[in-house]
Amino acid sequence: MSELAGVPKPEELLKIDYQPPRKGWMDTPVNFKPGTYCYPAASKNHKILDLPFPREWSPTEKDWKLPENWKEIVLNGIAERLSKYRSFKVFMDICVRCGACADKCHFFLGSGDPKNMPVLRAELLRSIYRKEFTAAGKVLGKLAGARELTPAVIKEWFYYFYQCTECRRCSVFCPYGIDTAEITMIGRELLYLLGLGINWALEPAAKCFMTGNHLGIQPHTLKDTLDFFADDLEDITGVRVDIPINKKGADILFVTPSGDYFADPGTYTCMGYLALFHELGLNYTWSTYASEGGNFGLFTSHEMIKRLNAKIYAEAKRLGVKWILGGECGHMWRVIHQYMDTMNGPADFLEEPVSPITGTKFENAKATKMVHIMEFTADLIKHNKLKLDPSRNDKLKVTFHDSCNPARAMGIFEEPRYVIKNVCKHFYDMPENTIKEKTFCCAGGAGLGNDENMEMRLRGGLPRGNAVKYVQEKHKVNRLACMCAIDRATLVPLCDYWAPGVQVTGIHEMLANALVMKGEKERETDLRGEPLKEVEE
Amino acid sequence: MSIMFPLAIILLLLLLVVGGVSYAHLENVFGIFIPYLALAIFLMGFIYRILSWAKSPVPFRITTVCGQEKSLDWIKANRLESPFTTLDVIKRMALEVLLFRSLFRNTNTELKEGPKVIHWSAKWLWLAGLAFHWALLIILLRHLRFFIEPVPFAVDLIDRLDTLFAIGVPALCLTDVVIVAAITHLFLRRVLVPKIRYISLPADYFPLFLLLSIIGSGMLMRHIYKVDLIKVKELALSLVSFRPVIPEGIGVIFYVHLFFVCLLIAYFPFSKLMHLGGVFLSPTRNLANNNRAKRHTNPWNYPVKVHTYAEYEDEFREKMKTAAIPVDKE
Repeated sequence: MSELAGVPKPEELLKIDYQPPRKGWMDTPVNFKPGTYCYPAASKNHKILDLPFPREWSPTEKDWKLPENWKEIVLNGIAERLSKYRSFKVFMDICVRCGACADKCHFFLGSGDPKNMPVLRAELLRSIYRKEFTAAGKVLGKLAGARELTPAVIKEWFYYFYQCTECRRCSVFCPYGIDTAEITMIGRELLYLLGLGINWALEPAAKCFMTGNHLGIQPHTLKDTLDFFADDLEDITGVRVDIPINKKGADILFVTPSGDYFADPGTYTCMGYLALFHELGLNYTWSTYASEGGNFGLFTSHEMIKRLNAKIYAEAKRLGVKWILGGECGHMWRVIHQYMDTMNGPADFLEEPVSPITGTKFENAKATKMVHIMEFTADLIKHNKLKLDPSRNDKLKVTFHDSCNPARAMGIFEEPRYVIKNVCKHFYDMPENTIKEKTFCCAGGAGLGNDENMEMRLRGGLPRGNAVKYVQEKHKVNRLACMCAIDRATLVPLCDYWAPGVQVTGIHEMLANALVMKGEKERETDLRGEPLKEVEE
Repeated sequence: MSIMFPLAIILLLLLLVVGGVSYAHLENVFGIFIPYLALAIFLMGFIYRILSWAKSPVPFRITTVCGQEKSLDWIKANRLESPFTTLDVIKRMALEVLLFRSLFRNTNTELKEGPKVIHWSAKWLWLAGLAFHWALLIILLRHLRFFIEPVPFAVDLIDRLDTLFAIGVPALCLTDVVIVAAITHLFLRRVLVPKIRYISLPADYFPLFLLLSIIGSGMLMRHIYKVDLIKVKELALSLVSFRPVIPEGIGVIFYVHLFFVCLLIAYFPFSKLMHLGGVFLSPTRNLANNNRAKRHTNPWNYPVKVHTYAEYEDEFREKMKTAAIPVDKE
């Protein structure tokens, strides 16, 4: 069992009271309990990104040093967004408070805090909308569910809009498709207008803006990192892979989240890509400028999404590639699939993607010209283009976590499962209500995956963790596969806490283990350097 | 508070209409003026709300996808839950609007000893919601008999099917039973389930009470305080032909029924009842999941400040050259 500083033990944490307080929610002020909120963004990051009102402040202090005309700023911000987003306007008006969303949120299930019911999270903003933008709210006030905009409301927004991972599970169940992610995203934009943000989202955004990736890895360091992976791969497989970087005239630009360069187990997935592309003899390139597929702009503002995402098409154009291939990432794919072309397209300088190995036309990506690596690899396997030895993964009993964004923004369910089933022999899905479109979040997405917020993450991780535990007990599952860099970071403590003994893996890590490469030596270890077969103890 | 306030309003309004008709003899007001006014408010309000929503653009295609995407030929796409074409979207919306597809997915999650997080299938809300809305629709269609002469065959058929079991004279309508049961369920869950009670506003109880008042007065009129239906139809026909005449002696219960109906439709555009229109405009449901195949444009897309490759290379050129990474400017 992991000993995380300040986090109660599971037995303690499980004493969840789902009974709402006697007092109404409007009369219950927010309480910034350590372990359940994120630290504010450093002013330097606001400055790098030209965001207003950079300052040092603290959520636990009474005075948040709001700008003098803060109220006017917020109200103008709401008015502007009502006129720009039909989603926002309709979602402010049509909720009937049926409560179907209430127990769909992992943060509500793990905390019992009624303001974590998606309906109430939205009401936090809706109540202000009613007061300021509807006749009934103006006249009837509280009776119409309206309330005054005060600094206490701003504090509440900060707390609860950063207790939402924008996973969109609630919007699957809502009879009108009300999407809390829209409300959270706009709520966060309003907070940024007042200079209020969280550092764990804004610092990566600032770094990504300047260096091309969230981690601030500079070009030469990125090259060193990839070379280092090549060394490791050579030790394990006996094959030396090439690493083309910023190569003009490559056919394909490959973009993946920077988490894959940085920390285990993401690094093994990165090695998996290298092995696969080498084996295919793919004419592709990495980019140091577009060295980030993820986009923490998504957790900041719509404008920031566009500012950070612009690099991908710009780099594809500069390098003169034909199309773009994207790695295993969650929110990256929400941005690529639902925002990129609209924001930074049209990508008319690229060609409609065709697999150079199988000749398959990726018709579903013909406008955006960016293909998900799971679509690419599934197609390779289907056409027998890879020699695979799944027995090399025999010690693994695998389950698969559908990451929120690829699931509910794209619907990419079968491709990853097809790949997994071809590279390992023991695969078991978690219970139906916890996978695919009903998948539960890792509770660390949308900028919340930081250490200071660990208790809330583990609370929110309860439904996912419990489903993992279920297959662990039933099928002896010991590996949780996922195709998301945030997952590869956040599911690790989640499993240590709720399903100890289960390790996290990317899919291309398992693929590279099974991949029989030309000229390889006999494999003794997997990419982690661990023996292929389980050692008898 | 959330319950008592709307209840008090309903009682006050009841007194108003009973007093107005029985003592002040304001049949003209309650039988002609208010119905016209309410209808005008409803039509104008409804159109205004739809237009005001429609005025805001849909900048991004943010479909909530609930099924397998269309990608490779050999993977079967779920075209209803992940629509790819407009026709798919129409089918998805039809399923949503006519059968409440999303609500049908509902689960009830419980934390049990173990710990075990258990997700039960929970269809009661779906059933009550669907029963209520369909019963209401049939009741509305049934009422067309008062507005059209001769009564169309279809309306007559609905009437006959609705009274199939012929309990009592006049026969009890199935839809009346269903709708009362459904509303009672919706009301009770709001009061009895703590988390639903916690989120409920007066604006959630008011329409329930209003509907119960309408149905209650309607059933009283049909089964107990019987009114002269010929005269009711005379009034209805005179209203729709814009030559309104109040027939003598219809009975106050009719005016109660009519007044509450007027309240409901006048209240409609300013309330959550507008979900009727809003569901069609919900961008997570009414857009296809074909984002990468077909470009979606944002009418207010504007240029933003970016960090260009040239600026990036200027900063890192020496380091890149040392690491043998190709650069644009030597």
